[in-house]
Amino acid sequence: MKSLAELKAIREKAKDSVIMRHENPNNIRVVVGMATCGIAAGARPVLQAFLEEVQKRGLDNVIVTQTGCIGLCRLEPIVEVYVPGQEKVTYVKMTPDKVGKVVANHIVNGAVVDEYTIGSAQ
Amino acid sequence: MNDLSLHILDVAQNSLTAGAGRVELTVCDSGDIRTLTIADNGCGMGPEMLARVTSPFATTRKTRKVGLGLPLLKMSAEQTGGSLSVESREGQGTAVTATFVLANIDCPPLGDMGGTMQLLVQQSPGVRFIYRRQTGKGEFVLDTDEIRAELDGVPLDHPEVLAFIRQFVNENEKEIVEVHQ
Ligand SMILES: Nc1ncnc2c1ncn2[C@@H]1O[C@H](COP(=O)(O)OP(=O)(O)O)[C@@H](O)[C@H]1O
Ligand SMILES: [Mg+2]
Repeated sequence: MKSLAELKAIREKAKDSVIMRHENPNNIRVVVGMATCGIAAGARPVLQAFLEEVQKRGLDNVIVTQTGCIGLCRLEPIVEVYVPGQEKVTYVKMTPDKVGKVVANHIVNGAVVDEYTIGSAQ
Repeated sequence: MNDLSLHILDVAQNSLTAGAGRVELTVCDSGDIRTLTIADNGCGMGPEMLARVTSPFATTRKTRKVGLGLPLLKMSAEQTGGSLSVESREGQGTAVTATFVLANIDCPPLGDMGGTMQLLVQQSPGVRFIYRRQTGKGEFVLDTDEIRAELDGVPLDHPEVLAFIRQFVNENEKEIVEVHQ
């Protein structure tokens, strides 16, 4: 059985590097719609892919959060990206495969992935 | 929804919306029956709302203020020969119980319960989540208060802690899972 003892190592490692992520107004926010419609359309693996990608790349300025129904059920899974000082970008019909490109192009390099946005879906 | 862990993730969101400080999730396999419970100490519902959330899919759908989460779980349970019930008291909390007949061909797999727990904690790290899993082969419990006590100030939504939560649940699941024909 896996036990809580492993948390000790995580704790020792994490203690030095705990950054107050939530308080910086310059953070980029990634918001994933996790209402019934989003979950049914596959939002959970999309959210997990964002969490993994952000952790893997060590992007301390990125906060991934969840929200309820964004109100466009047929376009779920929906992900909104907020870069401070820029307009919100809404990605629709997201899949885990698309996450890497959104993170690399948009979040890291500032280039919106137009082909996945709500604009090109309509 | 193609697995039970997605239903649980969805139904547990209702508890969070209801302002619960404690959410207890149970998946218990006994013989041929799998029982899920999602119980919270949130705001609860009055009798009128309670009657509406348990009414069938077709009728609730016309009611504007009622969503799809519970009707979908009810349909899924009933398709296997099981059932759904909701108990609630205003100001005290709510308990949703669904039963599934494991041998039924329509019974969905449990799915990534570790992922569900990880995302619930990620969303609401301040809430106490208790997940109990029991089969004929054994049982385990994930209690976020116990994890918090081990962490000595490191936040529960730290990426490595979230990854641990997912692994903890999914690896312990493997040790007690039973193969059903
Ligand atoms: N745990 C709960 N505590 C309080 N109210 C609840 C709870 N679960 C469900 N409800 C009520 O029942 C309604 C329907 O729930 P659900 O079928 O999941 O749809 P939705 O979440 O989309 O509204 C909710 O909007 C809420 O008013
Ligand atoms: Mg709901």
